[in-house]
Amino acid sequence: MHRLAAVLILLANAVSAQQIPPPQEEVVLGLSQDQVSISTDFDGSNILIFGAIKRETPIPEGPPLEVLITVAGPSVPVTVRRKERRLGIWVNTDAVEVDSAPSFYAIATSAPWSQTISDIEDLRHRVSIPRAIRSVGAPMTVQDSQSFTEAVIRIRTDNGLYQLAEDTIEVSQQTLFDTSIAMPASLTEGAYRTRILLTRNGMVISQRETVIEVRKVGLERWLYNLSREQPLYYGLLAVAIAIAAGWGASAAFRLIRS
Amino acid sequence: MQLYLPIAEVSVNLFVLLGLGGIVGMLSGMFGVGGGFLITPLLFFLGIPPAVAVATGANQIVASSISAVLAHLKRKTVDLRMGFVLLIGGMTGSGFGVYIFNILREMGQVDLLVRLCYVLFLGMIGGLMFVESLRALRNSKRGTPPKRRQHGWVHGLPFKVRFRTSGLYISAIPPLMVGFAVGILAAIMGVGGGFIMVPAMIYLLGMPTKVVIGTSLFQIIFVTAFTTLLHATTSMTVDIVLALALILGGVVGAQFGNVIGMKLKAEQLRILLAMLVLAVCGKIGLELLLRPAEIYTLSTGGS
Repeated sequence: MHRLAAVLILLANAVSAQQIPPPQEEVVLGLSQDQVSISTDFDGSNILIFGAIKRETPIPEGPPLEVLITVAGPSVPVTVRRKERRLGIWVNTDAVEVDSAPSFYAIATSAPWSQTISDIEDLRHRVSIPRAIRSVGAPMTVQDSQSFTEAVIRIRTDNGLYQLAEDTIEVSQQTLFDTSIAMPASLTEGAYRTRILLTRNGMVISQRETVIEVRKVGLERWLYNLSREQPLYYGLLAVAIAIAAGWGASAAFRLIRS
Repeated sequence: MQLYLPIAEVSVNLFVLLGLGGIVGMLSGMFGVGGGFLITPLLFFLGIPPAVAVATGANQIVASSISAVLAHLKRKTVDLRMGFVLLIGGMTGSGFGVYIFNILREMGQVDLLVRLCYVLFLGMIGGLMFVESLRALRNSKRGTPPKRRQHGWVHGLPFKVRFRTSGLYISAIPPLMVGFAVGILAAIMGVGGGFIMVPAMIYLLGMPTKVVIGTSLFQIIFVTAFTTLLHATTSMTVDIVLALALILGGVVGAQFGNVIGMKLKAEQLRILLAMLVLAVCGKIGLELLLRPAEIYTLSTGGS
């Protein structure tokens, strides 16, 4: 009975969403910075995301407006290996390739998760962490491929790379909102896709996207490029530095002692 | 103070790296081991990706070994001729070892094999050295002179060369073979190979301990420089910033280690090294036997 009611409400919403001419309420977005520079002393970064809701009509009646913000790092395939005990020793046995998992994924919401977005909308817009990861084929030998995806989420959550911060967006008068996303020190380079979703009653009514660029700068940039483009020179440089440092230290100590 | 590493793509505390480099450098100066078997697992512990840890460890060892060898050269405790003979074997062996390593990597069990190698060799060498040096220590206390080992087969081989610094007149074949074997193991285990080389020189070739350390370090410089270049050009996992931080700590540590090493007796030096080797062996062995806290591991890209 309960479930039936929920379905009816969803249906009613879907119908009403189709009837309303597009969008009544729109997001206007601001970022404290649209670029994160990784320099030698980079120690994580806090990005302030703020915005306002633009509307031509008065605030609609009914449940309050909710805001969801996601920041996703570049997606790359991840190989997940599981250890098992064989002959008394822990050995990597099964491996599952997760086709695409963001290197970083943070969600902030303006209310507890269940109040902000419905399951169907989550599925459609790939908002929650498990939905942001795509895993298609597991080898036939692995029965429980789900637990491999869970492992990705667990390990990355422990490292601060995946975050779900419920109820951390301040929404004032259903118009202004702001939150801050903490990016850890172990960031990878790339374009971080940032989405703002507005929901009412679990349905997405408007969304907006922007990109935060995460880039190495200065010495970090130069060394990284050199190591990719001129690996031989980079290697020679590494050895030369080591030789110079070893010799220099020895010479310095001789001076000190004499 | 945090330091962002451009290749490893993680941020670590600079002082932790300096301290780590310092301790390993000190051991390197004291015992003539490169310290790769210590620094690589310690870097894993700091959260550095394994491929970067192995490659950068090699780079760091180049610096600390040079610093230590210069001190040994001054005291004339490097057998250059023996060093070159070992080096020829070592280079050949390391090329062969990289080849084996790549085959194993395709089979997907390289991590386990490396760990098993560590446990096996560290355990064997550590145990052997421990027992041997205990006996030597007891003998020296009683006042009986330690008896020289006789190597019948070593003396019967052709191509005899006089190694004046070591006081040996033996065939060049055993040192070549020792170098070759150590080169293979060094490439597979991602270390300079000092902890195998040192006991091999003492027990197989019968070289005096004081000369062994300088000579071992001498050939480690070349093997690790070669490994660094190989890693930089093939897997691109050498992190210069990480290496530099470790080197700064390491070169200072190596000089101190050298001074401490001169004050200790050869038997004491050996027993300390044996205990260190056994401790690392036990740690890695336990990791294989006990249930890990996280049985899943992630890896992205090539490594």
